[in-house]
Amino acid sequence: MSLAWLVILPFAGSLCAAFVPSHARNAAAWLAGTVAVACIALGIQFYPQIAEGEVVRATFQWAPAVGLDFKLRMDGFAWLFAMLVTVMGALVILYARYYMAAQDPVPRFFSFFLAFMGAMLGVVLSGNLIQLVVFWELTSLTSFMLIAYWYHRSDARRGARMALTVTATGGLCLLAGMLILGRIVGSYDLDVVLASGNLVRAHSWYLPALILIALGALTKSAQFPFHFWLPHAMAAPTPVSVYLHSATMVKAGVFLLVRLWPVLAGTEAWFWIIGSAGLFSLVLGAYAAIFQQDMKGVLAYSTISHLGLITLLLGLNSTLALIAAIFHIMNHATFKASLFMAAGMVDHETGTRDLSRLSGLYRAMPITATLAVVGAASMAGVPLFNGFLSKEMFFAETTFVSGNVITRIGLPTMAVIWGTFSVAYSLRFILQVFFGPAAKDLPKKPHEPPRWMLLPSGLLVTACLVVGMFPATIEPYLDIASRSVLGPGIPFHSLAVWHGLNLPLIMSLLAMAGGVALYRALGKYQQGTAVVPLINRFDGQSIFQFLLKKLESFAGTLTRCLSTERLQVQLLLLICAVFASALIPFSNGGLPAGNQPVAPVHPAFALMWLVGGACAIGAATQAKYHRLAALSLSGGAGLATCMTFAWFSSPDLALTQLIVEVVTLVLLLLGLRWLPPRYKSVDDKVVPLQTRLRARTRRLRDMALALVAGASLSALSYAVLTRQAGEGISNFFLENSLPLAGGSNVVNVILVDFRGFDTLGEITVLGIVALTVFALLRRFRPAPESMGLPVQQQVQDAQIPGWTPDPRALLPEGPMMLPGVLVQLLLPISGMVAVFFLLRGHNEPGGGFVGGLIVATAVILQYLVGGTAWAESRTRIFPQYWISAGLLCAAGAGLSAWLVSRPFLSAMAWHARLPVIGEVHLSTVLLFDLGVFLLVIGATVLILVALAHQSRRGHRKPATAHEEPEAAVPAATPRVAEITADLAQPHPISHAWAPAPAPKEG
Amino acid sequence: MEITYALAIGVLTGSGVWLLLRPRTFQVIMGLSLLSYAVNLFIFGMGRIMEGGAPIIDTLKQIDPSLYDDPVPQALVLTAIVIGFATTALFLVVLLASRGLTGTDHVDGDESEP
Repeated sequence: MSLAWLVILPFAGSLCAAFVPSHARNAAAWLAGTVAVACIALGIQFYPQIAEGEVVRATFQWAPAVGLDFKLRMDGFAWLFAMLVTVMGALVILYARYYMAAQDPVPRFFSFFLAFMGAMLGVVLSGNLIQLVVFWELTSLTSFMLIAYWYHRSDARRGARMALTVTATGGLCLLAGMLILGRIVGSYDLDVVLASGNLVRAHSWYLPALILIALGALTKSAQFPFHFWLPHAMAAPTPVSVYLHSATMVKAGVFLLVRLWPVLAGTEAWFWIIGSAGLFSLVLGAYAAIFQQDMKGVLAYSTISHLGLITLLLGLNSTLALIAAIFHIMNHATFKASLFMAAGMVDHETGTRDLSRLSGLYRAMPITATLAVVGAASMAGVPLFNGFLSKEMFFAETTFVSGNVITRIGLPTMAVIWGTFSVAYSLRFILQVFFGPAAKDLPKKPHEPPRWMLLPSGLLVTACLVVGMFPATIEPYLDIASRSVLGPGIPFHSLAVWHGLNLPLIMSLLAMAGGVALYRALGKYQQGTAVVPLINRFDGQSIFQFLLKKLESFAGTLTRCLSTERLQVQLLLLICAVFASALIPFSNGGLPAGNQPVAPVHPAFALMWLVGGACAIGAATQAKYHRLAALSLSGGAGLATCMTFAWFSSPDLALTQLIVEVVTLVLLLLGLRWLPPRYKSVDDKVVPLQTRLRARTRRLRDMALALVAGASLSALSYAVLTRQAGEGISNFFLENSLPLAGGSNVVNVILVDFRGFDTLGEITVLGIVALTVFALLRRFRPAPESMGLPVQQQVQDAQIPGWTPDPRALLPEGPMMLPGVLVQLLLPISGMVAVFFLLRGHNEPGGGFVGGLIVATAVILQYLVGGTAWAESRTRIFPQYWISAGLLCAAGAGLSAWLVSRPFLSAMAWHARLPVIGEVHLSTVLLFDLGVFLLVIGATVLILVALAHQSRRGHRKPATAHEEPEAAVPAATPRVAEITADLAQPHPISHAWAPAPAPKEG
Repeated sequence: MEITYALAIGVLTGSGVWLLLRPRTFQVIMGLSLLSYAVNLFIFGMGRIMEGGAPIIDTLKQIDPSLYDDPVPQALVLTAIVIGFATTALFLVVLLASRGLTGTDHVDGDESEP
């Protein structure tokens, strides 16, 4: 169980740190430090078991259906890595506390930092391939956040994006590779996978799996040719570079290679893929490091080079090389982290990391200088430092490689060349920064950093020295780790400073002499230039940018080829697709013969549809130039539909259709006010002949399509109506409506009881639509042509000159006074009718939908008759409250079932005998229908009133005081104008139709 | 009766599809409205048409499903009518905003069609 804590603790800490106030630097640091120390303690507690060679496991059910468990697994190697992650984490947290400036939002940093630590521990302890990939991608995401921590800097954003693109793409490859690997083995369990190396290597899918997994590992470890993201990631705060880019994240790639070494290594393909990537990174990284001007740049390229060393060692297919690789993972983490810390301290105290500006710092910062010298000596592989030991092992391995002459001679030569380069850049790093004449024009006056900031670096440097001089101290840990990867029979190896005068030592001496010579020879050339000779043109970054640009333009082309932005084409395709799908059932055998008797045509029904059909066709022909006529005609068709519902025994539908018809008509009429008219004569003059011809052909095509669509849907309907209905679920509802739900109106019972969840969803959609309409209208800019008063209103105003109606009058003045009396009388009556329909809905036609629409109609009548100004001066309806009350009511009715441990939306009824009133039957279904009722009122009224209110905004000319600046804002920045207008209006939602800023002209 | 019903659906569909393919926003909103009548009638017709069989159970009699019209399409259409209203409202507002922003009532907000 406690193994899980090792992963849970950092994530929990991350969550806590996220809630620490952003200026509480110490609190966040204490929190993070405590978590890291607790993790270290947890890790140490496992040591006795691990030292015995045991594997600690913890398994939790994850997705048992597909055979996946969440499994944590700690063997010696995982333990060593987990200790590396936690100990380095603790040191870096201490360092970061002093590195980060007080004005930085430090808790955010620690929150991401701990999340990264958790993800890294997850990778290390994963006992399952899929789970490993999940944590792997988490490290990519958290490292993105950490690199972009100073997101106001464009280099940080760019570097973070590049790192994420490269490593996350690699992560996807890794996922594919792991899936193949899991498929080969037949299990994703790491224990099973590790035990089936021979099976995997012999499998025909071995190579694809190897390539994909290698892509994942090499991108993560910044190996050639994916190394270019690492130098750009140096835009991160230095503690991030210390932790991610020296000790942990970049090591995840080599960690994976070691982890899967028993499964994947030992083949030619492994040697060539992993070995060559390592060799290229080794030499090119060291070569490029010589010419960097940024201290962190030197270290970044050096990291690429050292990771290349580890990768190359792993690629050599030799068990001794594997031990050397594990050893170097540890050594590199210690000296590189201390060097990054030193670079950070120099940056922190002098304000620059530029090698050409820094000089002679040892006078001002003697302790920092000493620490850096030890780190750099270890990096260069000087004897008595830990870097020397693993370098010797590497040199020894290169001389043992069998194969043709090129590898036998070439590999040791390359190793010596690498050694030369690393000595050269380490020398330059130290001599340039800390020795020579004191630098003059530094941004800050240098002095020693705080003691606590020096401590982590000091501890690391001590470790370098102890391991370098007394290698026996590290021996048992290295032994445990190697044994857990290689099994019990690991080859003999000895860590010692002195192996006698052998070939590796001669190679070391050669490299050192060469490095000093190279440093002297380059001398002046390196000053003031960051150009890397020879390979400068092969810049990974520019290739990356080029590829990204190509990818973008390719995606754009593909989108243009595969889709269209033209709505007409889309709709045409949609209709054709519907046709095609309707034809599929006919393809096998067609319809059975009609078996239903056909009822004789009733003349009244035929006449009604003669009118209805004429109305529909009329609406189709008139919709372009005569919108009002089209609207009325479409209403005619709607009424015929409504009558049809009533005719064929569907009173509920008829009622609803009728009221919706009214409400839709009012809605569209309100909208027509803002749609400038089209004039046929103008159109004919403007449009050139050719376009008209094209339009004519298109009309013919659409006409044909419409005819075919109409005819086929007619035929289909007729075919269905003349055939027996299949056995459906309807009988269930008819039979059970009364006994189970206690309602005799089956349609209503289906809506509010049997299928109540659907209705809940539906009213939610309705509420959302209403709010969307309201939101869209708040920033509504009508067409300029429709800004003025409509002609009819102008005529009316001209008839009574100088008459302005008083919005506060008891009744609307002028010709609408009598209708005004009527609609005011109508309001309470309609309310009563609505409640009547609501209450009887369960047993008779009616229900919440109908009732709500009736109230909404009565409200909008007030607007129609009295005018918007008059209606708004006396109503305060707040439809948004009705919407929320309705939703709460309906959801509450559903939730109340939980009180008696029944499923959501189960109906419950109470029978009670009250004094005076007598027997009362109450049901949550009524509450639900009440919710529907309230919501329909709110949504409909909100939509209609928001639209009606526009007429008041339109008349206001933009002349009031606070709108002056808005008008002055140039047209190019409409966003700013909108935001300021938003700010100027304090309470947007509570006054649905309060005066909003007048629409802008143009 | 059935033939009239089917023809009515056909006429509504034809008019609706024709309008749906027109370039002016108001034509499209009218088209959607007509097409939704047609589709509602079509769905309603899937329960077969029947006179005098409103699905309101007579509490005094034994329940016999064959006496009543199919309630399921009715419930579906009732929902469709209300949602249809909501989408019409949303489309109308988008239409008006588009007319104000682009200066044209073309469905693509761009008069220069090919």
